[in-house]
Formats: sequence, structure tokens, C-alpha cells
Amino acid sequence: MFTAFFYYLRSTDLNVSINEWLSLMEALDQGLCKNLTDFYQLCRAVLIKSESDYDKFDVAFAEFFKNIKSYEEIPDEIWQWLNKELPDDLPPPKGDLFFEEKPLEKIMSLLKERIKEQKEEHHGGNYWIGTQGTSFFGHSGYHPGGIRIGGESRHQSAVKIAGERRFRDFRKDTTLNIRHFQMAFRKLRELSSRVDAPKTELDLDETVQQTCNNAGLLKIVWERPRVNTIKLLLFMDSDGSMWPYSELCNQLFQAAHQSNHFKDLKVYYFHNCIYEHLYKDPTCTRNRWVDTEWVFNNYDSEYRLILVGDANMAPSELMKPGGNVELGLYNKVPGIDWLRRIRKHYPRSIWLNPIPKDHWPYKRGAFTINKISEIFPMFDLTLDGLEGGIRKLKAPR
Amino acid sequence: MLSQKNFNQFTGSTTYIVSKPLQHAVNIAIALKKPLLIKGEPGTGKTMLAQAIADSLNKKLIIWNIKSTTKAQEGLYVYDTVQRLYDSQFGDNEVSNIKQYIKLGKLGEAFTSDEQVVLLIDEIDKADLEFPNDLLWELDQMNFYIPETKETITAKHRPIVIITSNAEKELPDAFLRRCIFHYIEFPDPETMEEIVRVHFPDVEDKLLAGAIEAFYEIRSLPNIHKKPSTSELLDWLQALMLSGIEPERIKKEIPFAGVLLKKNQDIDILLKYCI
Repeated sequence: MFTAFFYYLRSTDLNVSINEWLSLMEALDQGLCKNLTDFYQLCRAVLIKSESDYDKFDVAFAEFFKNIKSYEEIPDEIWQWLNKELPDDLPPPKGDLFFEEKPLEKIMSLLKERIKEQKEEHHGGNYWIGTQGTSFFGHSGYHPGGIRIGGESRHQSAVKIAGERRFRDFRKDTTLNIRHFQMAFRKLRELSSRVDAPKTELDLDETVQQTCNNAGLLKIVWERPRVNTIKLLLFMDSDGSMWPYSELCNQLFQAAHQSNHFKDLKVYYFHNCIYEHLYKDPTCTRNRWVDTEWVFNNYDSEYRLILVGDANMAPSELMKPGGNVELGLYNKVPGIDWLRRIRKHYPRSIWLNPIPKDHWPYKRGAFTINKISEIFPMFDLTLDGLEGGIRKLKAPR
Repeated sequence: MLSQKNFNQFTGSTTYIVSKPLQHAVNIAIALKKPLLIKGEPGTGKTMLAQAIADSLNKKLIIWNIKSTTKAQEGLYVYDTVQRLYDSQFGDNEVSNIKQYIKLGKLGEAFTSDEQVVLLIDEIDKADLEFPNDLLWELDQMNFYIPETKETITAKHRPIVIITSNAEKELPDAFLRRCIFHYIEFPDPETMEEIVRVHFPDVEDKLLAGAIEAFYEIRSLPNIHKKPSTSELLDWLQALMLSGIEPERIKKEIPFAGVLLKKNQDIDILLKYCI
């Protein structure tokens, strides 16, 4: 009965593992709970590892244990009938099967009636609670909308099992959570011990070694400190069309900020495409900006650049002078030339697109997506895409 | 199997008010011999909890404070090569005895203690992302190996491990799966009154009621950057009591607002809404 709860929790994307479940069983064995409230707290403490999942758990718990009562109403006698070995010789039902569909409440009230009426065990048939057969109740039966009481699920078609995609979580192209971002950013490092830097740190191991070789007279060895030398620029699109991806982008932003191993991190915003200005905050308010030229002058080409945007805009915004959609802002140089200049200044740059890669060719904006991906290596915002992008950024010029 | 009497050991202490679910979580962690991970707003007494557990169970408390530079290895042991090098130059000690240069860290200390201790790993999220993963084996198996002396240090008595986190960084799943988790909610006004009375047993009823009302009102203001927490309320009460201000004026004037709010913007917001 509790195992069903385990699978129910997993079905509500609460990521409960077998180990945690076994801990819970151990706790139950030790008699750590005496009533349903204890059980609730026990489950939550052992199975749920983030306060943001508490709510999901509460919903799931309430939903699952709402129905638990109906199990207890089934008399022991019927359980005994159902728990017997299955008779092997029963043939499957013949011909086209006709299954009536009924709403759950109706089925439950029918179940109550049957419990009252039923006086003996049944196998096969289409009316009583029993094994096999086509009635609503019992187990190993054929009714697709029936209620299983005891036994194990048997007649589940292979198509359905595949359709459940139980191994979906193992795929790597699913979207990301914040830790994935953090881990990916960690890979973006270039240690100063690899580049020319002054040797300022005592190399203890080597000092011991050299001193021993030197007949015990102290000989000190210095090494370069191991710190990350990567400097990162992040340009983020904050246009309305980015709304559906705002959470994803927000996580990327947070992860970049929390990754304290960058030597420097600067974030600017743009609206659809980049022209003369880059904005200092996501509202993209006029005058709260810096000149794109200024960015070029102040952040040299040592900086790695990540652009985040859906690259989805009207072709004129990208290709034409005056394509800027902001009222009253006229750009003499078309957006695409600005993007080319940026690429030229920051040779190690990538474009991350929250739109899944499969959709690029036919999504609205396919034209501009295609044009921009000719300038910047474009990756989608999945684990695969992000890792590919980071590898690109790390590659030597 | 554990006997019933070993469960429900922890019931809070005279100076620490503990909620039922938290008490339950602590006892589950003790019974299942798993680390207890505590999260919650600052000032909800995460760190104090370990002290309270140690006091109530009459055990020694070992605190391992985590900083951004802390490495998992430091909690196990440090091999003091510099001291050894120094000794070798002057021949003070028996240099070939490596054992004397192995200094056990906090975790090692907890393992080798002759009686069960409470080990607090404070603010684990301050450290590097990989830090929790580096401790998986040690916290699971309660032993570690010292290659220098070919020794395995095994816990004589499995310590009660309490870990706190401020959610600055996400913790790895593998680590989370091994913990019992509890999120401390901010106390409601009734519990807060109890907490205050533990610290100031003879506070005036009227003053306390006024202060707590104002306190929760300030916390509920929109856009407050840093909500005042329990410790700030306690400081504020102290200030109010010393100044001998009349309880009626507290809510109207919010005297000593600087004790509660630590940011300029927050004080501006308070001025705008309250006074």
C-alpha cells in the first residue's frame, strides 16, 4: 500500500529515491510514528529535501490519503479470495470486448454494492470482484477502466510502458536547473597556473622534496597561484518575446552571479537586437545605458561573451538602418553589422537560445535566428547546448 | 532495532523553544543515524539548535564553521609538513614519527571522541560547490583513511550531525538524499512571545505586545530588503526596556528603528508607510 504512495510521489515530479524510501521504511520499522500526523512529518523529513517542494508534497499527501479509506472497507474475506493463486486454465475473453466507461464515483458506489452482495470467490466473468475477467473490480482482469484490488498489474501493453517514458530523466537534453548552470560555469575556467603570472605562492610539496634532495637544508620553491583568470560578459535579451523563458534565463543569471570564481563578470541587457547602446538593467530604459563602443573600449577581447536571447525579431530590425523598434531611436548601422562588430571584438563568444534547437528552422523568427547563427555559434539552453557552448568559450583563439 | 525509549529524546531546552515538527525531525535523524540538514530564514535559530540538542542530551558540541575557502579535507585531518620540516632542521622531535604531525580536524575530532558528540557543520553552503559531495563517504560510513600513517579513523560513537544552510548555493542531490531535511519557518507571534520570554523573563506585557505587533507589521511591509529577524527583535526590546518608553508610543513612533532595519532603503520605506 505504501509502495503505491512512493510511485504516486514520483509521478508528481517529487524526486524521491529508493534510498530515501528505504530510510522511511526503516523509520517505520523502528516505530517512529504513532499516528497520521507523525507519518506525515516523517515522510516529509525523510523524503523531501527542499522547502520549495513542501507544497507539492502536501498536495500529493492529501490527495493520496484521501482515498485510502476505501481500501479498508473491503472485507477480509474478499481479500482472501483475491490473494489465491491464479487458476491457469481460464481462457481470455472471446470476441470484441465491449467496455462500459463509468465515472469514478459511480464505480466506487458499484463497488460498495458488490461488497454487500458478494458471497463467494470469482475468477473470470464480468460482474463480481475477482481475478481475471472483465468486471470493474479485482485484479489481472481485462477491463481498462477497472479498479485493481490486490494482485499485480498484468495486462499492460508494451506501447503504454514505452509511452510512460520512465527513463526520461536520464536524457541529457532536458532543460536545466540552477545547479546544472553552476556546474557548467565551473567548467569555464582557465587557471592562472597555466598562463604567465608571477610565482607568488609557496609550493609546499615541492619545497619538501627539494629540501630533502638538498641534504635537509631549506630550499624554497614558488609556484603560480591557481586562480581563475576568466572574465565574462553577459548580454541578455529582455524583450517581451523572452517572457516564456524568463525563469530559465533568471536561473542562468543567478548561477552566473553565484559563481564567484570569475575574475570579473559584467551583465548588460538589450532589446531584441544590439545597436549603439547596451542597457544597464532589464527594463531597458532610455539613458540608463552605456555606449556599445564604450563596452568595446573598456572590456578587451580577453573577455568571454555570452549572449542570451531568442534571436526572434522582424527581419528589418536586424538588416535595415533604422530597424530599432524603440520609438525615436534611429540606428544608421543595421543591427547585423553591430553583431558582426561584437563578434569581431570578442572572438570567444557564443549565443545561447532558449528556443529548443529543433524549433529553430520553422519558428517565427527563423530568418533572424539563421542569420545570427551565421555570426555567433548558437546553442540552445539545454545541458548539452550549454556544455557545448562552454567548450567553445574555452577553446584557444 | 532501537527501543522506543531511545526515540523522542530531544524535547528542547529551557533557553530554546522548539516546534513539534522540528523536534520530530531531530529525533528521526538521531534514530536513523543520518545528518539533519536545517534550512530557514536567518535568525530562526538554526545554529542555536545544535547547542540546544547538545544541552538537552547532555553531550559535547563540536562546531565546524564553514567558510568559502574551507576544504573537506580540513575537517578530517591536516598533515603539518611545515612543522615537520622545521623539526627536521633543528632535530627537536622524532621526525620519523609522522603521527605527531597529523592534526585531526573537527570531523576527525568528533569521530575519535570517547563519547557520542553533537557535530554542527555550520553554513555548509558557504563552501565550494563540490564540498558536500566530498564528505559523502565520511558522513555515510563514519570513517576515513590517512595515507600518511596508513591508519583508518573510524567513529567510536556515531556523532549526531547537524548541518545548516542559508541556501546561498544549491546542494547536490546525492548529498541531499542522505540527509533528513527540515525547514524552520519564521515563528508566529505566539511562539515569538514565548521565545522573547525565555530571554527576558520579566518584560512588561504591554511593551511586549506592542513591540511584537509593530515587529510583524514591519516584516509584512512590501519591498523590505532585509526583514528583521528574532535577534534584531531581542536587541530592539532591550533598547525599548532601557529607554523606559511608554508602550503606546512604540507603534506610532517606532523608536530606534535602526536596531531593526539595517539598510537605508528599508528605513525610508518604513518612514513612508508607518509614520
